[in-house]
Amino acid sequence: MRRRTILGYAVAGAGALASVLLFGWWQVDGPGAPESTGLLPLDLSVMDFSLTDHEGNEVGPESLIGRPSMVFFGFTYCPDVCPTTLSDISGWLDELGDDATEMNVVFITVDPARDTVETMEEYVSYFHSAIRGWTGAQDQIAQAVRGFRASYERVPTESGDYTMNHTASVFLFDRSGRFVSMIDYHEPREFAVPKIRRALEEES
Amino acid sequence: MQIGKAVVKKNHLIKVLVSLLTFVGAPTSTLAGSEDLVVEGAWARASIGTSRPGAAYMSIRNTGDTPVTIVGLATPIAQMSEIHETRTNAEGVSSMSSAGEITIEPGQNVALEPGGLHAMLMRLQSPMQEGESFPLTLKFDNGSTVEIVVPILGIAARGPSE
Ligand SMILES: [Cu+2]
Repeated sequence: MRRRTILGYAVAGAGALASVLLFGWWQVDGPGAPESTGLLPLDLSVMDFSLTDHEGNEVGPESLIGRPSMVFFGFTYCPDVCPTTLSDISGWLDELGDDATEMNVVFITVDPARDTVETMEEYVSYFHSAIRGWTGAQDQIAQAVRGFRASYERVPTESGDYTMNHTASVFLFDRSGRFVSMIDYHEPREFAVPKIRRALEEES
Repeated sequence: MQIGKAVVKKNHLIKVLVSLLTFVGAPTSTLAGSEDLVVEGAWARASIGTSRPGAAYMSIRNTGDTPVTIVGLATPIAQMSEIHETRTNAEGVSSMSSAGEITIEPGQNVALEPGGLHAMLMRLQSPMQEGESFPLTLKFDNGSTVEIVVPILGIAARGPSE
């Protein structure tokens, strides 16, 4: 009698958990996923965009599956945040040593009008050799940004040029392409490196 | 960004304190001269050519006994230069804009650091090459100016110590 009650609770509990999970899926990946930012990035396996890396190879989210990945957005005309982020990441990669070699590290420009393949090639050469630079057509960049639930905006400057506001977080995915976590801009190295290690160790 | 915010907040608090002191009749003091402004740890990141803006960083301390406001920057290597602030919002989106007037209270320090305040060097006249340096003049509201020499570090540099 008592055992049956416990079993009943267990079944009810499992049912509740299943509906929570189902609802979670519906909200995050399923038809309930809103288009706006402030949400978790999609898994790489369901993203859809096509870009060119700094060596001229055709690349997309599928190129990242199979190895853990670290992806971030920026632009090479950025004087402060972007070189700082690339230099932070270079430092984290140095700290990870050999572990970093089995990782994809990708810098996607939000300013393809100025950041050509050649520009990206020169720019990434100043940082850790694992960092790849991706650029491409405006609509494909926009599509990529949407998949990461990131955002960017072109802003004119008083000097007559323009700058780009953009998401400065670093996104981490496991080897199956599942989103693991993100490293916010200004997050201290003590937190960043363990987060990367977790993405590296995550079994899928 | 966080540093910038902290400075602004602190400045605001000090402004309040200073105005209170003034109200109760604090002794009047002489204007801070350039000898009261100490600029330390200046460095800049190398640029790629001249089409991109450059950034320089430093710490500015007011050792005098009156508040001093930075009103302008000038350098022969850039047609336009001003102090900018990078802000990162709750959604993780970074943006950059003019920091406006920055007042340094007596005994206080303003840090221009990556991700916070920076001296934005626009329309470069010559590329900023690693290993070289350039002069930068800081102008203050009391009419004083401070000229410093800024060493240029690598593009991937995080500061003079690294
Ligand atoms: Cu700036």
